[in-house]
Amino acid sequence: MSKLDMNRLERSSLFQLTLVRFRLFLREPEAIFWIFCFPILLAMGLGIAFRNRPADVLQVGATTMQLTQALAADKGLTSVTIDEQAGTHALATGSILLLAIQKPEGVAYKYDDTNPDARTARLLADRAIQTAAGRREAVHAENDLVHETGSRYIDFVVPGLLGMNLMGSAMWGLGFSIVDARQKKLLKRMVASPMPKWQYLASFLLSRLVMLLIEVGAFLTFARLAFGVPFRGSLIELGILCLLTSLAFSGLGLLTASRARTTEAVSGLMNLAMLPMWILSGVFFSASRFPALIQPVVRALPLTAAIDAMRGNMLQGMSLGQLMIPVAILLAWFVVPFAISLRIFRWR
Amino acid sequence: MTNQANNGALGTGAGTAESVRPLLLRGLRKAFTDVQAVDGLDLEVERGECFGLLGPNGAGKTTTIEICEGLTTPDSGTVELLGLNWKANAAELRQRIGIQLQETQFSEKLTVEETLRLFRSFFKRGISVDESIKTAQLEEKRKSRVGGLSGGQKQRLAMATALVGDPELLFLDEPTTGLDPQARRHLWDLVDELKQAGRTIILTTHYMDEAERLCDRVAIMDHGKAIALGTPQQLIASVGGEDIVEFAVVGHETGQVVVDAELLTAIPGVQSHRVDAGLHQLAVSEPHLVVPLIFTTLTAKGLHLSEFRTHSATLEDVFVRLTGRNLRDE
Repeated sequence: MSKLDMNRLERSSLFQLTLVRFRLFLREPEAIFWIFCFPILLAMGLGIAFRNRPADVLQVGATTMQLTQALAADKGLTSVTIDEQAGTHALATGSILLLAIQKPEGVAYKYDDTNPDARTARLLADRAIQTAAGRREAVHAENDLVHETGSRYIDFVVPGLLGMNLMGSAMWGLGFSIVDARQKKLLKRMVASPMPKWQYLASFLLSRLVMLLIEVGAFLTFARLAFGVPFRGSLIELGILCLLTSLAFSGLGLLTASRARTTEAVSGLMNLAMLPMWILSGVFFSASRFPALIQPVVRALPLTAAIDAMRGNMLQGMSLGQLMIPVAILLAWFVVPFAISLRIFRWR
Repeated sequence: MTNQANNGALGTGAGTAESVRPLLLRGLRKAFTDVQAVDGLDLEVERGECFGLLGPNGAGKTTTIEICEGLTTPDSGTVELLGLNWKANAAELRQRIGIQLQETQFSEKLTVEETLRLFRSFFKRGISVDESIKTAQLEEKRKSRVGGLSGGQKQRLAMATALVGDPELLFLDEPTTGLDPQARRHLWDLVDELKQAGRTIILTTHYMDEAERLCDRVAIMDHGKAIALGTPQQLIASVGGEDIVEFAVVGHETGQVVVDAELLTAIPGVQSHRVDAGLHQLAVSEPHLVVPLIFTTLTAKGLHLSEFRTHSATLEDVFVRLTGRNLRDE
């Protein structure tokens, strides 16, 4: 038989439909950018903007070389030698936090006591200068330093971005493609053929599943390598949470696409559905900041549940068993919209 | 490989008793909110024939064909395809018919071959993707994306997706609408080949030349009813004359004149008369005898011809005769 005859797998309509989903996705460069590159760029930007400066070294100035040396002995300070007039100017422009001035009777500190960093500089500078002058500690003290990786802003925001990205890719992936096919009468052409209808919808879920692996894998690998974001919970359970999140938003995407006749209409519907979640679901800041009155609504949103569960897994190492409430919310958001969509879906 | 894969691009489909009629419609009705789209339609299509639904836009052709295709549910009436019906045998019927819809746009970023592989996978049996490409004469475009195809090529692709399942019954809804003349002729040749291979085809069109060229039998539709049914030759003969004389006149001095219709219909051999925008149309049976008489009559009235031509009657003339309107008026 000729080389173009199809083998058994290629004869499977579910396989062909899923293959088509991949082909169409890979041939859409914009979609690849939004799903793969955008979240990484966003994480990179946020990571740089909110990075924790390595153990905050405070910039101070001193009027004599002797004082500068005394100050430099403290690891928390860097000091420059500067005359009083130039030092006052440097204080005013914020390039130093404190100026230590040598006086005949001792040392005077010039700083802004409303600035916490300046107050810290005052304590460190005084300790350094007193120690250099021979003061002994009355009580022996040791420092036991803790660098908590899971409490940085980037650690907080990575699960948020992951959830937001899963929402966007699932909703756009399903909603837009389906309505586009309907608008072009392709959907009608498909149901005029013997294609099993469930396979058409299943092909979207199957292709999502594979793209999910790549999408989540790329983003989390980046977050790990670039920022050392912690994974305290089980990775498999995190994978299950991502899958659930993607399914929940696929259900919602299908619902928005089930009746809409034009891509403009479905874009509007999807933005309407996603907008409250961008604001309320705690992507960039904790959702608990919203008033208690609307907390039940905020908690019931699928993105809030998804992000809560992912933060619980990644940052607090919680197991699926401890995350039953968000998991149940996500499941409900998958099952209910999916069931409604199947009933009201417009095939032509 | 079993025989299911490759019984020829032009095979007629297997497994059905010859006696089963491909299509039978009885008392078909369908109303939409503002219009009675199909209004009591009875039709029968015989095995191996190419049957045409001809009519202006809005005549109910597409509604009718989509009811036959199981895409629209009729309000009342019987639809039988291959002895089966959509209520009880939908899955089987989908496997056995081929459909080309009006204005389907396939995914622009898939290639011709990928699109056909997809559609082939929906059918349990059928021809190979290769053969469907060959039949639709898209070999050179096999690896091209659908978005880069011309209108005619897209339409041939639509035809190929209808053929991959080696259908016993092929539905074509306005297959050449919007195509340039060359692409139309190309598609007609393709339909000819399918006809010659004995495939049963049902097509809609609002081009009378297309119906005359392709169809063994034609139903002329208007306002949801079949107002005439027969072979193109029978229908044309039913106009009363085989030829049509068209002319316009000007008076000696006044310019605009009214010609008495009775004067013209009194001429022996003139079957009918109608005026459309100053153009007189006569259906005549023997033009070589009638034309001189027309000249004599007009000259006697002191009228000059500003236009004069004759042509063989077409389905267009049949439609005009039956409805008083042109096909393209709508």
